[in-house]
Amino acid sequence: MEQQPYAIEMRGITKTFGSVVANRDVSLTLRRGEILALLGENGSGKTTLMNMLSGIYAPDRGEILVDGQPAAIHSPEDAKRLGIGMVHQHFKLVDVFSAADNIWMGKEKAGFVLGKNRYEEIAQTARRFGFELDPKKRVRNMAVSEKQTLEIVKVLYYGAKVIVLDEPTAVLTVQEIQKLFGVLRRMKEEGHSIIIITHKLNEVLEISDRVAILRKGEYITTVDTASTNEQQLTEYMVGRKVDLNIDRPVVEKTKPLLEIRDLTIRSDEGAVAIDHVNFYIRGGEMLGVAGIAGCGQKELCEAIAGLRPIQSGQMIHKGENIVGLSPKAILDKGISMSFIPEDRLGMGLAPSLSITDNMILKSYQDTKGPMVNRKKGKIRAEWVIEELGVVTPSADTPVRRLSGGNVQKVLLGREILAAPNVLITAYPVRGLDINSSYAIYNILNLQKEKGVGILFVGEDLDVMMALCDKIMVLCHGKVMGVVHAHKTTKEELGLMMTGALDLTNRYEDKPAGFARDTNIPPQQTPEKEEE
Amino acid sequence: MGPEMDKLGVVTTFLHNIVVYNIPLLYGTVGEIMVEKSGSLNLGVEGIMAVGAIFGYIVGCYANSLGVGILTAFAAGALCGLLFAVLTVSLQANQNITGLTLTTFGLGVYFFVGNGVKAVRWPAMNDYPAIKEGFADIAIPGLSQLPVVGRGLFDHNLLVYLGVAVALAMWWYLRYTRPGLRLRAVGENPASADSVGVNVKRMKYLHICLGCGIMGVGGYYMGLNMSGSFNSSCWINGYGWIAVALVIFANWNPALAILGTFIFGFFNTLRVSGSSLAAAFPGPLGWLAAVPSQLYQALPFLITAVVLVLTSVRKREGSGLPASLGLNYFREER
Repeated sequence: MEQQPYAIEMRGITKTFGSVVANRDVSLTLRRGEILALLGENGSGKTTLMNMLSGIYAPDRGEILVDGQPAAIHSPEDAKRLGIGMVHQHFKLVDVFSAADNIWMGKEKAGFVLGKNRYEEIAQTARRFGFELDPKKRVRNMAVSEKQTLEIVKVLYYGAKVIVLDEPTAVLTVQEIQKLFGVLRRMKEEGHSIIIITHKLNEVLEISDRVAILRKGEYITTVDTASTNEQQLTEYMVGRKVDLNIDRPVVEKTKPLLEIRDLTIRSDEGAVAIDHVNFYIRGGEMLGVAGIAGCGQKELCEAIAGLRPIQSGQMIHKGENIVGLSPKAILDKGISMSFIPEDRLGMGLAPSLSITDNMILKSYQDTKGPMVNRKKGKIRAEWVIEELGVVTPSADTPVRRLSGGNVQKVLLGREILAAPNVLITAYPVRGLDINSSYAIYNILNLQKEKGVGILFVGEDLDVMMALCDKIMVLCHGKVMGVVHAHKTTKEELGLMMTGALDLTNRYEDKPAGFARDTNIPPQQTPEKEEE
Repeated sequence: MGPEMDKLGVVTTFLHNIVVYNIPLLYGTVGEIMVEKSGSLNLGVEGIMAVGAIFGYIVGCYANSLGVGILTAFAAGALCGLLFAVLTVSLQANQNITGLTLTTFGLGVYFFVGNGVKAVRWPAMNDYPAIKEGFADIAIPGLSQLPVVGRGLFDHNLLVYLGVAVALAMWWYLRYTRPGLRLRAVGENPASADSVGVNVKRMKYLHICLGCGIMGVGGYYMGLNMSGSFNSSCWINGYGWIAVALVIFANWNPALAILGTFIFGFFNTLRVSGSSLAAAFPGPLGWLAAVPSQLYQALPFLITAVVLVLTSVRKREGSGLPASLGLNYFREER
């Protein structure tokens, strides 16, 4: 009996970028009609490998077989003809075009003149595959999940039989992920073969048939999902045993370091982003901030760092007012802020500058005269590389060349170098794999043990419940309450995040968000609160 | 002929001059729009127009054919475009520097070839009847009979009509055809276009050459409009730079470029016709005569500066600015 050929077989693929080896002798097989998870840490070469399958990169060595036949894939056009479609992590869409035009621009056989019928054709295609898509809607007006739907419809419209999805869940909410998985299962039933790149183990176990693991650019193994577990996958991925528990050291708490009273902030659009918020942070304490994305987290961080004017309220640091101070003055008081935005490179670091230069960016004002102290910057950069375990060829490497986890370590390391007493960190593990995430948690815990007060704005409730001391929940800019992380449940937090549960008036003897041993003299507190 | 008629005649001449003197701007602008829509910022318009002008004029005269002149000017411009494309698309050179270099290069070629030919025998336009007649005004039946505007707007040489036709055709091409859609995709996000199988390099090469060819024809027009008198100042006289600014003013829309050319041409033409307007309407417009001529000479560039400031405050929403303008595309970039 003849064995059925693989839908895709990659043999001995090697790819280098300059001196960096992204893939070394990687082999991979994809069966027809299966969902294969491609698992690996950041920088393990998953995306590079898939980019070679979709014709973006050309391999230095190795061969690719499609349906058992050797295939020459020199361009995305070739991949498209072979029925390979890829949904990239950073969507390849033209923002100013409509959904239909984004698909139409790659259509092989279409007339010279653009016909109005293209909208109807695209809408029909979408419906045929079970998607709702407004063909005339412009991409820039779309939500992230809509863009992803468009990308999937696009590759299906081009007739892809093999579909590669690069970290499709990174930008989705829990409900959207479930919807996506439903779509993937349906596509599988219709005979498509799917490769899904991810580093989230629970998703791997939930959706895939088999798992292929890469580590540092090398192929490790492929296992059946049914016969593996999180612990084993982690070991394959990281290369050693990893303790999946997050520590929560208990530290003696000090008096409140940062007290926020009745704070109101407006967003860029003029809407109320933070609405009469009260809270405080003590030294040696980690306060988590939970909330659905866009509930004022960004505005709150920016306001404390002095980057955004406030509408009303007080921000008191060690008894001193910091409202209206410049970002530099706030930094000098020991309040440091690092924010990892959704695109992960946008805030805080200059991507083209080296690690050393990025250190100097924050400290150049400390040296007198017009010259920059490069030596000191280099020492700082090397300290960060050493202490935080940044993987980089040298301190002079441009930041954009580093993998995501290392970029985030550099950003956090620079903030820690400023020896802050209040550290505000938003989404520090966004997009990071297990190893890097745990490294970041450790860094934060070390800071906490040194007596730093930490405001941790996060996404993952499991992590926050394990890592933080208390969790403050925001809903549409209002505080729904502050709970002890080890006493609360995911359900309680979920209810608070959606606004269904308000715990701010739980204790009658103490107004929510007011410290008993406040640094704020009574005459400064608003009258109504004294009643 | 009464004094009233005379006044209207001044207005007609003014309108006529707006068109005649500023159509080269339309060629330059529309050509540059095509280039920029492919995501390439070509600052060499001035030089490319000069190259198109000198070759178009000389070859056209020797062949005694306006058609040959136009084709030669187009080919010379397109060759400059090819040079730009090789440097920026294939060799990934910086577009700004390459464009500026192309201006210097183009002006050098202009004087080198012009002076070389002049040393042997300079072709005077009057000696070539086919060129002179080809460049003569053609009245559009009916429309040219309209009072005042008829003679002003609808009685022009062939290249004026051709320029407007090219602008309208390009507007249609960009907006309503699939190659136009693909071209815009390349200018907006070449990685997206590439990922769906659009040949980014081919699109860029083709449209850079096409756009630069159109600029070359605009240069040829300027040479003909100067009656081919070759002296120490270049025929193009800064129009290429104004065209670069007009692209922004027109919001990368070739149809709006026609309007932009005329609005800009209005002020530009005051330099030539200001004194006659002042003489015809001493009451309301008499002050025009008092404006020093130096100001008129500076006016095109002052207006360009004002236009750039005004358009820079326009919001991104609805802007025709290609998102990847000026950025070289390299597929394997990480």
